[in-house]
Amino acid sequence: MILVDKRTRVVVQGITGREGAFHAARCKDYGTTVVGGVTPGKGGTTHEGFPVWNTVAEAVANEGATCALIFVPPAAAADAIMEAAAAGVPLVVCITEGIPVADMVRAKEFLSRTTSRLVGPNCPGLITPGQAKVGIMPGHIHREGHVGVVSRSGTLTYEVVHQLTTRGLGQSTCVGIGGDPVTGTSFVDVLRLLNEDPETHAIMLIGEIGGSAEEEAAAFIRANVRKPVVAFICGQTAPPGRRMGHAGAIIAGGRGTAAEKMRALEAAGARLVPSPADMGKQVAEALGTA
Amino acid sequence: MKIHEYQAKALLREFGVTVPRGDVADSPARAREIAQALGGRVVVKAQVHAGGRGKAGGIQLADGPSAAEAAAKQLLGMRLRTPQTPPEGVEVRRVLVEEAAPVRAELYLAVTLDRERSTEVVIASQAGGMEIEEVAARAPEKILREWAHPALGLQPFQARRLAFALGLAGAQQTAGGTLALNLFACYRAKDCSLAEINPLVVTGDGRLLALDAKLTFDDNALYRHPDVTALRDVHEELPLDVEASRYGLNYIKLDGSVGCMVNGAGLAMATMDIVKLAGGEPANFLDVGGGASPEQIENAFRILSSDPSVKAVFINVFGGILRCDRLAAGVIAAVRKLGLKLPVVVRMEGTNVELGRKMLAESGLALTTATDMGDGAQKVVELARAAR
Repeated sequence: MILVDKRTRVVVQGITGREGAFHAARCKDYGTTVVGGVTPGKGGTTHEGFPVWNTVAEAVANEGATCALIFVPPAAAADAIMEAAAAGVPLVVCITEGIPVADMVRAKEFLSRTTSRLVGPNCPGLITPGQAKVGIMPGHIHREGHVGVVSRSGTLTYEVVHQLTTRGLGQSTCVGIGGDPVTGTSFVDVLRLLNEDPETHAIMLIGEIGGSAEEEAAAFIRANVRKPVVAFICGQTAPPGRRMGHAGAIIAGGRGTAAEKMRALEAAGARLVPSPADMGKQVAEALGTA
Repeated sequence: MKIHEYQAKALLREFGVTVPRGDVADSPARAREIAQALGGRVVVKAQVHAGGRGKAGGIQLADGPSAAEAAAKQLLGMRLRTPQTPPEGVEVRRVLVEEAAPVRAELYLAVTLDRERSTEVVIASQAGGMEIEEVAARAPEKILREWAHPALGLQPFQARRLAFALGLAGAQQTAGGTLALNLFACYRAKDCSLAEINPLVVTGDGRLLALDAKLTFDDNALYRHPDVTALRDVHEELPLDVEASRYGLNYIKLDGSVGCMVNGAGLAMATMDIVKLAGGEPANFLDVGGGASPEQIENAFRILSSDPSVKAVFINVFGGILRCDRLAAGVIAAVRKLGLKLPVVVRMEGTNVELGRKMLAESGLALTTATDMGDGAQKVVELARAAR
C-alpha cells in the first residue's frame, strides 16, 4: 500500500459545501480518520458532526492532519492547494474540476518549494482498500489485495476495480492522478511508489489521449519496473483537436494519440488491453491466476 | 474557446503587437469603404474559425475598392470548405479587409502550455507560413523554444534569444523581442491556451507585422474574462454542440450510428472504443457527469434523438455511489416523456443493480439490458445495424 493507510488523518477543505460534506461522511463511513474540515469564516463551528477550522494550519496544529482533501470551487481551489502545502500537510488531494490552467502552473511552482505532494486536481482521489478512502470513489467496489491501480480517469477506474474485484483480485492502492493538463503527481511518481511497495504484485495503468504522461510512464517502466504492468489507453476513436471531456484529453498537432501511447507502453514491456471489457482478465493472466 | 482572426488581432493590438491596418466588414459596401480608406492593394479574408482558408479560396487579393467589394460579395454568404471544417463547410459571415504589405520574410511565433514542464513555452521559427507540426517533423533544428518561469514569466533575455533565432537584427531585433514579450503578456493576461502568429512577417519597408493570428482560450478561466467570453461566435459551432453546452453536457458529434451516453470522460472514451471494437461506429462522445442525474439523462436523450444518424443508444453508467434503481427510473421517465423510438441498451453497475435491471425489463419499453461493457457494445451494434 502507498500514500494512505489507517494512520492518515484527513482534513476536508470546503467541508461545508454540498460535495465536501457528503464525501467527508462517505470517507468516514469507510473507516478513514476524518479529523474535521476547513471553511474560512466558519471556524469554531461544527458541520454534520465534524469540527470546522478557519485555516488548514489550525487543523494541523489542533488535530495533526496529515492529508488535505479539497472540494473548494474552481476559482479558489489553487489557493486552497497552496494553503494546505504552506501548512505543511504532506499529502494534498484535490478533487475539484475546472481549475484554470494558469492557476495550476502557479500552484505547482509554489508546491515545488514545499515538501507536499499533490494528487489531482480533477481526480477521484485515492484509496487503500480496508485502510483509508480519500476521495469520491465508491468504497464498496474495492477489496484488499495486491494490484496497484493508477489512472487519469474516474469512472473508468471504478470499472477496472469492479472487474478486478469480481475476479477476486484485490487492490493494494488505487490512485486517480486526474485529467487536467497540469497535475501534481504523475504516472511516473505513482509507478515508482507501487514498484517499491512489497504489497503490490501487479500494476494496472489507465491512460488516455493528450500530453505525453503515458510515454514518460513507458520509459520509466522499461528502465525500472519488473512487476507485470497491464495498460489500457482510452480515446482510440477520439477525433483530433477536440477536448474529450477532460481538459487534458486532446490530440493536438497530431501528438498525444492513443496509438502512439500504446506503442510506447507495449515496447516497454507492458501488456496492452485492446478492449476495456478485458482489463480485469488481462491482469489475472499477467498474475497467472486466470 | 476559439475566436476569429479579426478579434484576435484587435486583442493583440491592445497588447502592443503590430498587426496590419484594416477592419472587419459584413457587407460588400463596407468592404469597399475600408479598402478606400486603406488605399492601395488590400487582402480580403473570410472570417471562419477553421484553418486552411487560403487553399480553400477564402483569402483574396484586391487591387482597389471595387475589387475588394467584388471579393467580399463572392466570399460573404459562401460556405467555405477546408480540411478543418465539416464536409458541408461553414458560412462566411464577415470578411477582414487589410492592407496588402509586400512580404520579405515569413516567420513563426507562438505561446502555448508545455504540459511536460507545467509552464508556458514560447516557440520561434524562421519557417513561417507552414504548420509548426510540419516544421517540427521535417526540420526540428529550425525551432527555438524558450520556457517561461511559472511565476515570473518570460524574461527580456529570452525574448532577445527568440528574436535572434528569428534571424532579426538591429531595430528589428528589438521590435521582435518586444513583440514576443507583448504576445506573452496577452497570453497570460487573457488566460490563453494558444497565442500563435503565423506568419509573422517582415515587410518590404522593414516592419514586423502579425499577418495572421490565432488565439484560443482556457474554457475554465472564461469566468474571469467577460470581454473574451463576449467574442464567442455560436455560428461556428454545430447546433447540437451549442445545445449540449447549454445543458452543461460534454458532447462531441462524430460520424457513426451508435449514440453513447456515459458518466465520466474516461469511461465515455472507453465506451466509444468498445463500440468500434464490436464493429460499430460511435455517433458521439457524451459525458453526462459522474452523478448521471435524471435531468441530465433527459437532456442527453434530447441531444441524441435530434441527431438523425443515431440508430441505437448505448447507456453505460458506472453508478458506484449512485443507485441503479434511481438511474433506471430516470431512463424510463425520460424515454416516456420524450416518446423515444430508438432502441436503447443499458449497461449499469452499482448499488441495487438487480432491481434496476428488473425495472427496465418490466417497463414495456424498447430497453435492452446488458451484463457488462462488452455485452452492451455487441447488443447495441447489432440493434444499430438492424435499424439501418
